[in-house]
Amino acid sequence: MTAALRFRDLTLGYDRHPAVHHLDGAVADGALLALVGPNGAGKSTLLKGIVGLLRPLAGAIDHGVAPSEVAYLPQIAEIDRSFPISVYDLVAMGLWRRAGLGGRIGKSERDTIERAIATVGLPGFEGRAIGTLSGGQMQRALFARLLLQDAKLILLDEPFASLDAGTVADLLDLIRRWHAEARTIIAVLHDYEVVRQRFPETLLLARSPVAWGPTGEVLRPENLLRARRMCEAFDDHAAVCEEHAA
Amino acid sequence: METLYDIFIAPFAEFEFMRRALVGVLALSFGAAPIGVFLMLRRMSLTGDAMQHAILPGAALGFLIAGFDLFAMTLGGILAGSAVAIGAGVVARATELKEDASLAAFYLVSLALGVLIVSVRGSNVDLLHILFGSVLALDDATLILLAAFATVTLGALAVIWRPLVLECVDPGFLRSVSRTGAPSHIVFLALVVLNLVGGFHALGTLLAVGIMMLPAIAARFWAADLTRMIVLSVVLAFVSGVGGLLVSYHFAAPSGPAIILVAGVIYAGSLALGPVGGLRRRFVPGRHLEA
Repeated sequence: MTAALRFRDLTLGYDRHPAVHHLDGAVADGALLALVGPNGAGKSTLLKGIVGLLRPLAGAIDHGVAPSEVAYLPQIAEIDRSFPISVYDLVAMGLWRRAGLGGRIGKSERDTIERAIATVGLPGFEGRAIGTLSGGQMQRALFARLLLQDAKLILLDEPFASLDAGTVADLLDLIRRWHAEARTIIAVLHDYEVVRQRFPETLLLARSPVAWGPTGEVLRPENLLRARRMCEAFDDHAAVCEEHAA
Repeated sequence: METLYDIFIAPFAEFEFMRRALVGVLALSFGAAPIGVFLMLRRMSLTGDAMQHAILPGAALGFLIAGFDLFAMTLGGILAGSAVAIGAGVVARATELKEDASLAAFYLVSLALGVLIVSVRGSNVDLLHILFGSVLALDDATLILLAAFATVTLGALAVIWRPLVLECVDPGFLRSVSRTGAPSHIVFLALVVLNLVGGFHALGTLLAVGIMMLPAIAARFWAADLTRMIVLSVVLAFVSGVGGLLVSYHFAAPSGPAIILVAGVIYAGSLALGPVGGLRRRFVPGRHLEA
């Protein structure tokens, strides 16, 4: 089995403080991996590291897929929803790799965009400004953008935060479809029920990895308790880490 | 009784300096207003203000060396504006200070320096001329310069349009698919400087930003769509220019302030009557809809 990603003693962080500490392991091609852990456990940081927005403090990430085949869904709070742009244009951004600065958006591209909007259940919303969408509709639009990106590796940062059950179910169906198409998916999640039901593999992170493997084994109470304790130990005056020092 | 022709057409038909001023504000509208829209949407409305003060010492140095020379003052303005934009950006990234604080520090120093330099050689009249411009005295070279700036602005905006919009809406996504974010931001800042320098020749360093921001902010109250907002901002900027020139002609008022005041009246009207997020929706919501 080839790996979509391989972490080699990876440490990511901000201003020398590690947010992800000494992570080793591989994400298999076509994996459906849930990334769970308490707040501040480094889940978003790990995704940023994978996308390349953050450079490792130590260690490395080996990519089995080209950077152009990675799609990244940031937390929704990072988007300026007051900007006057339509749902159609927001979704169309998913074609960036193909269209870039000046590439033409022709008939076939327009068809793809409209199909994606229909797939996520937003037909009729094309001309609406994104500021008028509800949280669920906005997330649907962002999933339509992911559809257009047509990526081999899909990274989702809290895709279901504050969404209702119906929307979550629809979006989970999209994720299942991507999984069936052999795409690799890593999703940051907080709802253990969803993880248990839909994600075969889980990485429990509390800055350092706590457990990584089949979901049923990872999400045991003793692991979750350990993760919570580990995350409470942030120290402004921490000494230089000597573990695995080369 | 004055006819409409006397009020609206005759000033331009009879006097060449009015026609020149008309061409000048048309060129300014095409360049500055779209830039203003992006400044507003990026919450940088006051950045334009700070950067235009920063242009003063550059233009003043040009004036000190060469007098009222178009090339020297333009070059000085562009260099000083770029230096402050880059300087404030670098300080903001290298230190704990946020960009607005750095800009404030840089532009206050620049403004004081600029006034000092002008008064070393020129008179108070020269200073007024530099601070408030001379839209009624635009010569051929200046008009060509303004038209060139507008052309460059529209061309460059067309090229960086997609990354610029994306960086406003969803910077994290843009960084994940492309490295064009930072370069397009720099090009954008360069366009801001370019248009402020252009505006400086017509409206002076204190009012140039008025034709950039006021029509853009007014357009926000009428359009919920970026393209329409930009087209409307250009139209409103031009209407302000024409209206201000006519006011200045009929009432013998200084032209630069007249243009900005007309833009201000348009802004106030848009604030009160505009359908998108204005006061009208707040106080006269109308009966609610079915769905």
